[in-house]
Amino acid sequence: MRIVAAMSGGVDSSVAAALLAEAGHEVIGLSMQLYDQREGRVSFGSCCTLDDLHDARRVAAAIGIPHYILNLERQFDEQVIDNFVREYRRGRTPLPCARCNSELKFDALLERARGLGADAVATGHYARVERRDARYALRRGLDAAKDQSYFLFSLTQPQLARALFPLGSLTKPHVRALARERGLPVADKRDSHEICFVSNDDYAAFIARRAPDSERAGLIMDTDGRVVGRHQGVHHFTIGQRKGLHLSAGRPLYVTAIDAGLNTVVVGPRERLARNSLAASGVNWIAGTPPSSPLRAAVQIRSRHVAASATVRAEGVSGAAVEFDEPQSAITPGQAAVFYVDDEVIGGGWID
Amino acid sequence: MRIYFDHNATTPLDPEVVEAMFAVCRDEFGNPSSVHHYGQRAKAALDGARSAVAVLIGAEPSEVVFTSGGTEADNLALRGAAAAAAETGRRHIVTAAFEHEAVLNTVKGLTRAGYTATVLPLDASGVLSAGLLREAVTANTALVSVMHANNEVGTIQPIAELSAIAHEHGAVFHTDAVQAAGKIPVDVRALGVDLASFSAHKLYGPKGVGALWIRRGVRLAPVLTGGRQERNRRPGTENVPGIVGFAVAARLAASRLETESSRLAALRDRLEEGVLARVARTEVNGARGCRVPNTANISFAGVEAESLLIALDLEGIAVSTGSACSSGTLEPSHVLKAMGLPSHRAQSSIRFSLGLANTEQDVDRLLEVLPGVVDRLRSLTPQPAGSNE
Repeated sequence: MRIVAAMSGGVDSSVAAALLAEAGHEVIGLSMQLYDQREGRVSFGSCCTLDDLHDARRVAAAIGIPHYILNLERQFDEQVIDNFVREYRRGRTPLPCARCNSELKFDALLERARGLGADAVATGHYARVERRDARYALRRGLDAAKDQSYFLFSLTQPQLARALFPLGSLTKPHVRALARERGLPVADKRDSHEICFVSNDDYAAFIARRAPDSERAGLIMDTDGRVVGRHQGVHHFTIGQRKGLHLSAGRPLYVTAIDAGLNTVVVGPRERLARNSLAASGVNWIAGTPPSSPLRAAVQIRSRHVAASATVRAEGVSGAAVEFDEPQSAITPGQAAVFYVDDEVIGGGWID
Repeated sequence: MRIYFDHNATTPLDPEVVEAMFAVCRDEFGNPSSVHHYGQRAKAALDGARSAVAVLIGAEPSEVVFTSGGTEADNLALRGAAAAAAETGRRHIVTAAFEHEAVLNTVKGLTRAGYTATVLPLDASGVLSAGLLREAVTANTALVSVMHANNEVGTIQPIAELSAIAHEHGAVFHTDAVQAAGKIPVDVRALGVDLASFSAHKLYGPKGVGALWIRRGVRLAPVLTGGRQERNRRPGTENVPGIVGFAVAARLAASRLETESSRLAALRDRLEEGVLARVARTEVNGARGCRVPNTANISFAGVEAESLLIALDLEGIAVSTGSACSSGTLEPSHVLKAMGLPSHRAQSSIRFSLGLANTEQDVDRLLEVLPGVVDRLRSLTPQPAGSNE
């Protein structure tokens, strides 16, 4: 099979490419150039920099596959960066990696891959795709600590049909060992944990640069409606945040709500973060159609959240209502609510 | 079996060049500046090389300065001439928008150092209008730089006419002849230029060596400072093996210029006509009647050039498009943009540049493979706006 291996220059995608090449497939390494790398421009973040692209090239040479770099700056800007800024300005907390997966890696990149005669795009995600008769299922990666299925909830059947995740049944330590065994130059390279296009995790500065009018002073209120402080822009906050509030109160206060329209941030004690339910839109059902009856599932609301038991009801074609058995803390609009049955992703949507 | 259609990017070494360089590497290691026997031998090799290059371009050997390549020659010409003109008070430079980045970025650097520049636009023909130059040159113009043949579309510029205009106003005229040498006759006297840049690796010589021809009497401030090599115009111990390689390549180029030109023109026409006939919605970029014999720049409506290039590479056929930036991705050719082509057209253009090794079979193989590749790309991607021309 001719396969495109999406290569970021990190150890995961490098090993994924290596394993496929060893299995005898015709592998083409493609790296995405997502932002302008010319000298003199503001240097972006923590992944897919010039150095990372060079790493990807070196790995491709080491494993003996051709390597090309595709300029997807425009698509990345339109589909990921734009959305990121808009969401924060609306008082929501975006999940750019999930959008990159569904709009770039398994859309724009997949399209280019097919143009090159490739049948699939392989990535280094810790997740598993399985074919069951005519349908594809998406499962968590075997390594629970590294599982990235949460970020793949938006993949549709046609996308899953052309997705390969060679690392899905491996653990991270094993993957590093495989890289070392093969003498890959990135075997000991640090993982990137931040959003790739933001340096030093300073996303507030990033947003202020992109949209200077985001820096608008507003009020911080408590849950009784009293003003307790001021802020410099709602994009500095996320639900459940405690740091950076600069408030002096008897006890710890957390962001419980953000109203971008009123430019107001609401804070309260920890208990006020708990909610029993959420509504989701833009829901993707992995099987392709919504379930006709309510579903018992474990619902995960953040990448580092332990999925909690809930009842999930489809609403229309792209909505869902989730009722948790136990209250959950800091349900955050803009994040994804992903529904699991055992280790299988049934669907997911964007939290309202 | 791979096919190489990217000779304007670089060329393989002629076997005679390899032999000559190897012999020099092994046997003539002396520093040409040394007084003793070893230096004399190296110096002799250098002198012989200089003569050979001078013959290719119709020059006196003493007017040839060896450099590390075309880019350095351009830098020396532009910065050297601009600095020398400072005494005359002239601070204006004229160039053209389709020049190689070695010229454009050097001119940009000069504007940051207090010079002013006029960058002339092109039209769809890819041939600079003498009238535009005439309007732009003034009594304040120190230097005019226009390339002899363009690397992307292959169009040949009316250098004799342009240099005359520059001289009417007392300006120095430089031409980047890197893509012309070896493909068409380059006679620096007939062209009437004052400075001309050359690069060995475009004519089956080695990379890392080139030359600047400097007409006797033209004043140039050196760009590199150091010793006194190349008559004090370009310091540094000479790259004797590279220079000898350059000379052998130059001699060979001169000897086969005529026959190769007609052979390449026929092959190029076969390729070009074949593509236009077999692939729908294709168009040649640049005036077809006014080009070096080996180059065809063709746009394929509704196709991303980047994808087409990769797809052809996967079929074993090497072509190019635009110019590579530091990351290795492709930016749309500034040359096509300078010719006023809309960006969707610039982004669907491929350059085919033929050379010595190419045969009719190579062209026919391309014609066999290309339609299917283009069809697949067109069927999978949504047609970009404005692609119906």
